[in-house]
Amino acid sequence: MNFMNVFITPLTYAFMQRGLLAGTMVGVLCAVMGTYVVLRGMAFLGDALAHAIMPGVAIAYLLGGNLLLGALVAAAVVALGIGYFSKQGAVREDTAIGILFAAALSLGVAMISSIRSYAVDLSHILFGNVLGVSPADLWITFGLGTVVLLTVVLLYRPFMVISFDPVLAATLRLPAELLRNVMLLLLALTVVISLQTVGVGLAAAMLITPAATAYLLTRRLAPMMFVSAAIGAISSLAGLYLSYYFNIVSGSAIVLTATAIFLAVFLIKRGRR
Amino acid sequence: MTHIPHRLEVENISVAYGDNVILRDISFQVPHGAQIAVVGPNGAGKSTLFKALVGLLPLKNGRILIHGMPLGDHKDCVAYIPQREEVDWRFPVTVTDVVTMGRFNTRGWFARPNRDDHEAVARSLDEMGIANLAKVSISDLSGGQQQRVFLARAIAQEPHILLMDEPFTGVDATTQQVTLNLLDHLRQRQVTAIISTHDLNLAATRFETVMLINKRLVAFGPAKEVLSQENLQKAFGSSLLVMENGAMLVDECCPPDEDHHHP
Repeated sequence: MNFMNVFITPLTYAFMQRGLLAGTMVGVLCAVMGTYVVLRGMAFLGDALAHAIMPGVAIAYLLGGNLLLGALVAAAVVALGIGYFSKQGAVREDTAIGILFAAALSLGVAMISSIRSYAVDLSHILFGNVLGVSPADLWITFGLGTVVLLTVVLLYRPFMVISFDPVLAATLRLPAELLRNVMLLLLALTVVISLQTVGVGLAAAMLITPAATAYLLTRRLAPMMFVSAAIGAISSLAGLYLSYYFNIVSGSAIVLTATAIFLAVFLIKRGRR
Repeated sequence: MTHIPHRLEVENISVAYGDNVILRDISFQVPHGAQIAVVGPNGAGKSTLFKALVGLLPLKNGRILIHGMPLGDHKDCVAYIPQREEVDWRFPVTVTDVVTMGRFNTRGWFARPNRDDHEAVARSLDEMGIANLAKVSISDLSGGQQQRVFLARAIAQEPHILLMDEPFTGVDATTQQVTLNLLDHLRQRQVTAIISTHDLNLAATRFETVMLINKRLVAFGPAKEVLSQENLQKAFGSSLLVMENGAMLVDECCPPDEDHHHP
């Protein structure tokens, strides 16, 4: 088997083609949104959102509906719920997130555990099943991904100001509250889209790891986004090939690749000091 | 005497965090182009006053008028220079990026900065003596340079009223001088400047008008009258030490200098 065949052989399978396409799109999307997650310290929120969409996915699964749609509804409910519990200052925001995401995760697992093929289904939801991506899923991923990326481009400057200096944002009379909510919504969409490839358990890693790596390598926001996107795409592609040849779960392979890149960059940077 | 319209009128404002009232019944009026030093002990509410003036904190009661209009009617006429610790200096932006943020309001948020904006940014950097740092990442700046970046951004906003929270604390001599020069320029341009400081000497020597606060307005007017022994005692209480020869000392710890940066 020559070298090129290593890359080409898997592509003869339609499911692999779709998996690679979906993986790359999700890798890029997560990495771009992840830039804000890392800079604004929203890692916990991202992780929580990912887990919290479990019940939505489970209900959609049980009813035979579209998983992405179920996830989307659940994400919206949980995001609003976090706002509701923490708004009056009754509980701190991270406490509200902690309560809601654990509850939603438990509810999701409880529902799925009622199905007979419980173990397989649960692992697909938790860790993704990128090789099971349907053509319809691919289009939804593409459509939602385009919406998210376009919004990030359009709101680049306001997002930068509210993230760097909320005080300036207020003196410039930017609608900071609205912008924060839009950002939260984009984050929820991104997490939902990433379900297929890395699952709810690992979505946070795809948000954080490529962006954290890019943070070490760049000094401006736009380059950080591009480098992060490249690392996300490379991790997804390399991870899928690894998953194909070593027969390991795709989500794990993708996240481990991203982690390996982060470690390499971190150690090289540290060695240079 | 001709009537000079007040640019900033503060009427009976009170500001609270929850039930904790920080400022109570503060009223004052600032005419066109005035320069005012705000002094008072730690926790007197100087930063709170500034945040209320830019609309960052809701008023419990009272009102603030700028050019006779309620706060918020004018989009870009108040610039605020916060204390340096309030932003994340490891954020991936350059000095130019930060100063350009001051121009975001000029033509809506979607528009890319145009030639006017670039010129305004370059002028501001020049004026603050940091043109050579334009492309430097903000994480590589010293405390004084960070301060000058904030000043440059505020100038780029072309404000009518400029609020500076402790611009003289924990900065190098050059930055202090640049800040003082800026105040002179602002005076020529008739920009109203309100500056909080711990340095009573500076307040007495460089400012005609001083505001002494400690949760309430203790005194407001010409520096000589405001900084009397009686007023200072009212504001600083037991931390004021009066010497026999008439010298007065304020025994108070300044906020910690967070300037541990080694470029």
